[in-house]
Amino acid sequence: MTTTELTVPQAGAKGTPDGRGSGRRRVLGAGKQLHAGPVTYVVLTVFALVSLAPLVWTAVAASRNNERLAQTPPPLWFGGNLFKNLQAAWDQAGLGTAMVNSTIVAGTITVGTVVFSTLAGFAFAKLRFRFSGLLLLLTIGTMMIPPQLAVVPLYLWMSDLGWSNQLQTVILPTLVSAFGTFFMRQYLLQALPTELIEAARVDGASSLRVVWHVVFPAARPAMAVLGLLTFVMAWNDFLWPIIALNQQNPTVQVALNSLGTGYVPDQAVIMAGALLGTLPLLIAFLLFGKQIVGGIMQGAIKG
Amino acid sequence: MTSSKQALAHPATSADAAPGSQPGAARGAQGRGTPPPGPDSWRSRLYRWDMKASPYAFIAPFFIVFGAFGLVPLLYTAWYSLHNVQLSGLDHQTWAGLDNYKNLLSSEFFWNALENTFTIGVISTVPQLVMAIGIAHLLNYRLRGSTVWRVVMLTPYATSVAAATLVFTLLYSWDGGMINWLLHFVGVDPINWRESDWGGQFAVSSIVIWRWTGYNALIYLAAMQAIPTDLYESAALDGAGRWQQFRHVTVPMLRPTILFTVVVSTIGATQLFGEPLLFGGVSGSKGGSAHQYQTLGLYMYDQGWGIGNLGKASAIAWTMFLILLIVAAINLLITRRLRKSQ
Repeated sequence: MTTTELTVPQAGAKGTPDGRGSGRRRVLGAGKQLHAGPVTYVVLTVFALVSLAPLVWTAVAASRNNERLAQTPPPLWFGGNLFKNLQAAWDQAGLGTAMVNSTIVAGTITVGTVVFSTLAGFAFAKLRFRFSGLLLLLTIGTMMIPPQLAVVPLYLWMSDLGWSNQLQTVILPTLVSAFGTFFMRQYLLQALPTELIEAARVDGASSLRVVWHVVFPAARPAMAVLGLLTFVMAWNDFLWPIIALNQQNPTVQVALNSLGTGYVPDQAVIMAGALLGTLPLLIAFLLFGKQIVGGIMQGAIKG
Repeated sequence: MTSSKQALAHPATSADAAPGSQPGAARGAQGRGTPPPGPDSWRSRLYRWDMKASPYAFIAPFFIVFGAFGLVPLLYTAWYSLHNVQLSGLDHQTWAGLDNYKNLLSSEFFWNALENTFTIGVISTVPQLVMAIGIAHLLNYRLRGSTVWRVVMLTPYATSVAAATLVFTLLYSWDGGMINWLLHFVGVDPINWRESDWGGQFAVSSIVIWRWTGYNALIYLAAMQAIPTDLYESAALDGAGRWQQFRHVTVPMLRPTILFTVVVSTIGATQLFGEPLLFGGVSGSKGGSAHQYQTLGLYMYDQGWGIGNLGKASAIAWTMFLILLIVAAINLLITRRLRKSQ
């Protein structure tokens, strides 16, 4: 949080509208950046292997069978059972429904969080209104509250409403984000020139027109990053879905939990399930890894 | 919270002060003439109303949703924690006073969970952050394919708690597991990770470390890149080697970020839930057959949805919150002291 102080003067000095990009930072850091020696590459390779090996090995284990997995030494290369196990995991855990459910849940949460965070972030960054400072502080303060504190009443209310096991139970409480609001505010402070809003105002544009024609276009890069981060978080959410949903209507994480807690676990099938449950995010990561990395580094400086 | 207040006040004032004087004037001018003719026409009234109300409309979704699903439940949890609420008979809620809390404080499982949360928190957070600083330092060198390295380090972050834990559970399995097999090369007898006390805690921590080290490394990297170059140049002029530069320039400049990650990781560790639940398999909600790695988060789940005592679960939730507040207060004190010493 405190790091905000470090970046603001710099950005002010440069004053470019989207001066938050990595290009500027690279120039700043260029002077001190020493070339990496061979030791650096070796150490980084070790860490990279530790990061990736469990994922690769998941695929290896998913392609074997239960008996082989129980033997020593463990299999280090692929076997021939991959598609059989994927099929079994898909059927046993109801991963088809789970994938659809997770897509709906994470998609809705992402759209809601991005839109609401942009609106609130814009208000906090550029509009003047009474108590804005206090309200922003309250917003950030809510990040301190652990989700466990809401779970019991939410569970009771959702049961009363007859919403148990329905997706809105999982979607509604997560539809907004304090982090997202703060993230968008910090971005829009820099990226949205106040003159642009004033000009639209002078032309008699309503607030909604300003939001649609000025704020959303200016916020688009940050909206994309926040969207990716939110999707990863929503897809992986565990605590509340596992309480709110049952096996008949699970998200992917709830389905994986059911695979893992069976009394006669078939490890190869479990690994196939873990692989399937992670695959959508891993693909997204291959496509957008650079943006997610950039977003986390940005959020780190600001958040 | 004051630390964030001070941090926030800075950009807010700088942003408001610079353009602030102009828009005020512009708004005054436009209020008199620019929008549609006639000061009292309905359009200009609508326009002024829009100007006043829209900021509140824009922030309303956050406060409405958070209020309904965060704040009100928080208060109700306090209310339920003073009642006897059973999952099996939701309509019979009777006043219990502080019984749930008394019950909690006299339960050995509560203290066990508190201790486990603390131990697992320490052995997962400390190595994680130390390694993250090291990785960030290496990533901060000029590297071939720097983006690829960053993406690879962050990959575990994309893995869910459920998937990661299931994989690690198999890696740690007693019979034929990868880790015991690797250990036998260095002459270590197979360890029953799931059933042993420290073994289970170590295994659960390693899952946390695996998932979050890269994420923290990126946060440190971002902060490292914001350190002014001249600090390193003058340190080099003073004859400081790479290690000394790291110790005397990088680490002190990272201090606010380190504190930030310590707080975030502490909050995460206090809420640890999915990893021990899934690692335990059939006895998951107990945190292993002998509660070896039952954390507070897990204890709450077990009391609420395993045993069905929602009143006691509420009391556990509030106790966790109080512990977090104490942690936040300690953090505040440390931040203050650091500020003064600087």
